[in-house]
Amino acid sequence: MRVTVDSEKCQGHNRCFALAPELFDVDDYGTAVVIGDGSVPADLEEKARLAVANCPEFAIEIEE
Amino acid sequence: MTDIYGPVTDWQNDFDHAVPEYNERAHEIWAEFQSSGCPVAHSDRYGGLWAPFTHEMVHEIAYDTDHFTSQGVVVNTGRPLIDAPVGPAPPITSDPPFHNIARRLLLPPFSPKVIAAWEPEVRRLCRELLDRMGEITPGESVVDAAMQYAQSIPVNVIARMLGFPTEDEELFRGFVHDVLERINEPVEARMEFMQRLDDYLTVQIEEHRENPRDDLTSYLLGVEIEGQKLSIEHVRGSIVLLLVAGIDTTWSAIGSSIWHLGTHPDDLRRLVEEPDVMLFALEEFLRAYAPVTMARLVKDDHDFHGCPMKANDWVLLPFPAANRDPAQFDRATEFVIDRQENRHGAFGLGIHRCLGSNLARLELKVAVEEFVARFPSFAVDGDVTWSVGQIRGPRRLPVRIDSVA
Repeated sequence: MRVTVDSEKCQGHNRCFALAPELFDVDDYGTAVVIGDGSVPADLEEKARLAVANCPEFAIEIEE
Repeated sequence: MTDIYGPVTDWQNDFDHAVPEYNERAHEIWAEFQSSGCPVAHSDRYGGLWAPFTHEMVHEIAYDTDHFTSQGVVVNTGRPLIDAPVGPAPPITSDPPFHNIARRLLLPPFSPKVIAAWEPEVRRLCRELLDRMGEITPGESVVDAAMQYAQSIPVNVIARMLGFPTEDEELFRGFVHDVLERINEPVEARMEFMQRLDDYLTVQIEEHRENPRDDLTSYLLGVEIEGQKLSIEHVRGSIVLLLVAGIDTTWSAIGSSIWHLGTHPDDLRRLVEEPDVMLFALEEFLRAYAPVTMARLVKDDHDFHGCPMKANDWVLLPFPAANRDPAQFDRATEFVIDRQENRHGAFGLGIHRCLGSNLARLELKVAVEEFVARFPSFAVDGDVTWSVGQIRGPRRLPVRIDSVA
């Protein structure tokens, strides 16, 4: 599983960073970025799905 | 105070969110609009006002900066005096492309990591307010959680961030009340109290010019756009934004959350027994009791789903109603303390996402945690008074304390 963030859609709600700080980081402007290449270890897949389900701007996507 | 409009009898055609009944019965009124054939209210008050209540419509307008301007975001009897794209309180009153320039100046001091550093201070403040409530007799003592607790938290934090005297707290609350709640008074009265706010800020800004220090006011005086310092109007406008947006909003969110726990003992028990549920509860408080309705002005005459909007009409953006729209959320009108899917728009949607959302979340989380840690059992006991206007929250919240930790 891999996660991606669309930085055009991201408005800095900071939900992904709050729910899955192992997978996402935020820059000085509050915009989310994936950590590393966005690969999701098996034990963090649930957290990745939570991040998707809580992004108000639909900026996060999962590739299985 | 002179309300120039009076009570509402027809919510569809003579809508007014500044009559006390609106915030008292908000959940009911929104549900009626959402299930009716016509989810958009209209009124000739305020020189023309529209209010759409579905998530889909609120979402559409929030993203549509072509037909709607942010130049004015608080519906009132007048119209903003500073033109788009800057508006009177940048960046909240700014439109693209200037909006992004003004916003990027203020994003770093409100970024998640900078704000997280305030946590110990907010916690200390909450505990101090709880201590100040004095001797509590469980089952008997009634405290006002809005006045004695929720109210003081955001006002204190924002005054310190701006570098304003915290002993002026009362004054700030007065300014915010004038701007946000006295919206149906004659334009002349509004001009007068806006002038009082401007005068106060001019003095503070001058004092910061003479004695620069590490706070947001000095920061605004120091930053540049394309090599130019900000105009005094821009600095003052941004401070108005931080002061006005940072006080009643969070006060309301904290108050509404305590109101919920004081009327839903099962949720209170769950939060006390399982503090980690706060990760989800925090967002559910924000969804179910979002305090902030935004507004826009119509740029040019525009047909919005059959509504003949005229240039300069107000349009409300009731994010709190959108958050409870059954077309968008499962069990929309229920409070689900551990809701797993929660794309709420409490902080707005689109380019104007609340600049202070990280601070608001921190204050709400810590305030609720500290309140329930001190008082694991309490219940609303007495008459609750709600605010009027675009910010919804309890202003009097009598709570009977049933146990003290």
